[in-house]
Amino acid sequence: MSHVTSSVRPPLVTGGKTYGDVTEDICRQVEGKPTTLWNIAFLISLIVLGIGGYGLYRVFWFGIGEWGLNKTVGWAWDITNFVWWVGIGHAGTLISAILLLFRQKWRTSINRAAEAMTIFAVLCAGSYILMHMGRTWLAYWALPLPNTFGPLWVNFNSPLVWDVFAISTYLTVSLVFWYIGLIPDLGTIRDRAKNKVSKVVYGILSFGWDGAAKTWQHYENVSLVLAGLSTPLVLSVHTIVSFDFATSVIPGWHTTIFPPYFVAGAIFSGFAMVLTLMLITREVFGLKDYITIGHIESMNKIIMLTGSIVGVAYITEFVIAWYSGVQYERYAFINRMMGPYWWAYWSMMSCNVISPQLFWIKKIRTSVVATFILSIVVNIGMWFERFVIIVTSLHRDYLPSSWAMFAPTKVDVLDYLYTFGFFFTCFFLFAKFLPVINIAEVKAILKSSSEHVEEHKTVTSAQPGFQARPAFNKDVE
Amino acid sequence: MEHHIHSESAFLVGIFDDEDVLMSGVKKIRNSGVKIHEVYTPFPIHGLDDALGYSRSFMSKAAFLFGLTGFTCLITLMVWTMGFDWPMIVGGKDYVSIPVLVPVGFEGTVLFSALGMVATFLTVSNLYPGKKPFLFDSRCTDDKFVMAIDLTKNKLTPEEITSIIKNYGAIEVSTKLVKAGDLD
Repeated sequence: MSHVTSSVRPPLVTGGKTYGDVTEDICRQVEGKPTTLWNIAFLISLIVLGIGGYGLYRVFWFGIGEWGLNKTVGWAWDITNFVWWVGIGHAGTLISAILLLFRQKWRTSINRAAEAMTIFAVLCAGSYILMHMGRTWLAYWALPLPNTFGPLWVNFNSPLVWDVFAISTYLTVSLVFWYIGLIPDLGTIRDRAKNKVSKVVYGILSFGWDGAAKTWQHYENVSLVLAGLSTPLVLSVHTIVSFDFATSVIPGWHTTIFPPYFVAGAIFSGFAMVLTLMLITREVFGLKDYITIGHIESMNKIIMLTGSIVGVAYITEFVIAWYSGVQYERYAFINRMMGPYWWAYWSMMSCNVISPQLFWIKKIRTSVVATFILSIVVNIGMWFERFVIIVTSLHRDYLPSSWAMFAPTKVDVLDYLYTFGFFFTCFFLFAKFLPVINIAEVKAILKSSSEHVEEHKTVTSAQPGFQARPAFNKDVE
Repeated sequence: MEHHIHSESAFLVGIFDDEDVLMSGVKKIRNSGVKIHEVYTPFPIHGLDDALGYSRSFMSKAAFLFGLTGFTCLITLMVWTMGFDWPMIVGGKDYVSIPVLVPVGFEGTVLFSALGMVATFLTVSNLYPGKKPFLFDSRCTDDKFVMAIDLTKNKLTPEEITSIIKNYGAIEVSTKLVKAGDLD
C-alpha cells in the first residue's frame, strides 16, 4: 500500500467519500430503475442499430458490390472505418495497462468504461472485417485450420493474416482483462442485491468472489502481468494494422513511419472517444466526484501530446516523400493537399493538428464543454486521416487511365451507422448493468488521493493499536 | 463453546473498518501467537500478503510458461505449414523467413500467456461461474475488513483471542460456525 499524499496534487476523488459511499454511488445506477435519459438514449441507439442493420443485411446478402468501390479504389470506407474503430479501442488498453504499469492513480475512475469501450470498438472493427470478406460465412478460412481442400493453409506472409491474429488476440485479452477486473465489483453487487433475479445473475457472474487476501494477492499479480502483456499487445495491434498498408507498394502507403504514427493516432482518437463517453456518463450518472476536472485535464494532456506526435508524423511523411526523389511518392502527397480530395486532407489537418493545440490553454483543457466539443472534433479528424491515407492514395493509380473517384453509397453509410448503433447499444447496456467505475480500485486509492484523507485523519489516530507508517505521516500529523 | 463438532468448525470473526489499523494489527496479532485463517477485504491491500506470511504468487511464472508454450506452438505451426506441408512462393518471399514469424509468434505468446494464466488463477482461487461463496461477513465486499480465525487451530482461548484482536483495532468480534466444505 503506498500512501503518498501530496499537497500539490488535487484529490482524485472529491466529496469526502468513504468506502461505503463509493459502493453506494457506483452501484446506484446498476440497482435502480433506468432513468428516462437512459431509456431515450438506449432507444435511439437501438433505432440506429436497426436502420444500420439493413445495410448489414444488404452486404451479407448481395455482397460488397453494394459499396461504392471501383476497380481503382478497392478499399474505402470499409477499411477506413475498420482502422478508425480499432484505433478507438486502443485508449482502453492504454488506460488499463500502460497507466497501471506507470502507477497512474487517475486511471482508476476511467479504466472500466474505457476497457468496455475497447471491446465494443474492436467488435465494430471486427464486423467490418467480416463484411469486407464478402462471403462472411467463410470467415473461418482466415484461421489456420486443417480443412477439406487438402493441405492448404493461410499465407503467413500476409499482413492480413497477421491482422487476424492481432485483432482476435487483442479482443480476447481485452475481454479477459476487463472481466477479471469486474469480478470483485460483481461480488459487491451480488452481496447488495435485493431481488431474486439480480441475486442469481450477479451470483453467477461474480464467480463466487469472497475478497480473500490470498485471492487478492494472485489477482493483483494477474492484473500486473496482464497489463505487462497488453502494453506491447496494444502497440503491436496498430503496428500490424499499419502493415496492411506499409508492406504494399502503393505510393503514400509504403512508408516506415506508419507503425508509430498509427499507434499515436490510435491513442489520440481513443482518448477522444473515452472523453466523449465519460463526459456523458459523469453527467448522466452523477459521478462528478469520481471523474473530476483533474481526470479530464490529464486525458486532454495525452490528447495534446499524441495530437502533436501525429502532426509531426504528417510533416515527416511529406519531407520523406520529397527526400525520396520518387516522383509517384511526391505526387501522392501533393495530390493529397491540392488534389480532388483536398477538403478531406485539410479537414484532417485542422481537426488533428490545429485543434488539440488549444489544450495548451488551461482554461480550455479544464472546460467540460470545450473538451466535449474538441473530443468529437478529434474523432472526426481521425476518421478523415484514415480516409485520406486510404482513398487519396488509391484514387490516383500509376496509370492515369485508371484514375477514379470514390463516392459512398447508401449501404456504405448504413454500415457505418450500424457500427454506431451497435457500439452505443452495448455501451448503454454496460453502463446500466455493470459498474462503470472500478469500485475496488477507487477504494484502494481513496485514502491517498481523496478529500476523505482529512476526515480520515481524526478517525485513524483515535483507533487503538494504530501505528502510522512513515509514508502515511502526512495524514496523521 | 464446543470447538470440535465433527462437521463444523468455530471461527472467530473480527471486523475492522480501516485498512491501516488492519495492516498494523495483522502482524501484532500473529506475533501474539494467534493463527489467522484468512482476511477478507473489499479491495487489494498491498503488503497484506506479506503481513499474513503468504508466499509469493506464482501467477507470473505460470504466465511465462504458457507464453513459451504459445510461442513454440505458433512458430512450429508456421514453419511446418509454410516450409513443409504446403511450401509455396508468394511474392518472391522465402518459404520460411524469420521476420514473417514475428507478428504471429508474438500474438500467440500473448494469447496463450494471458488465457493460461487467467485459467490458472481461477483454478487456484477456486472461482467459477455460479459458485456460491461462503462469506464470514457480507460487508467484506463493501466497506469492512474481515479477519477469520479458526478456533480449532488455535491454542489460545476465544476470550484471549477476542481480547487481542480488539486491542489491535477490531471494532466487532463474533463467532461463526462453519460446516465442513463451506470454505472450499
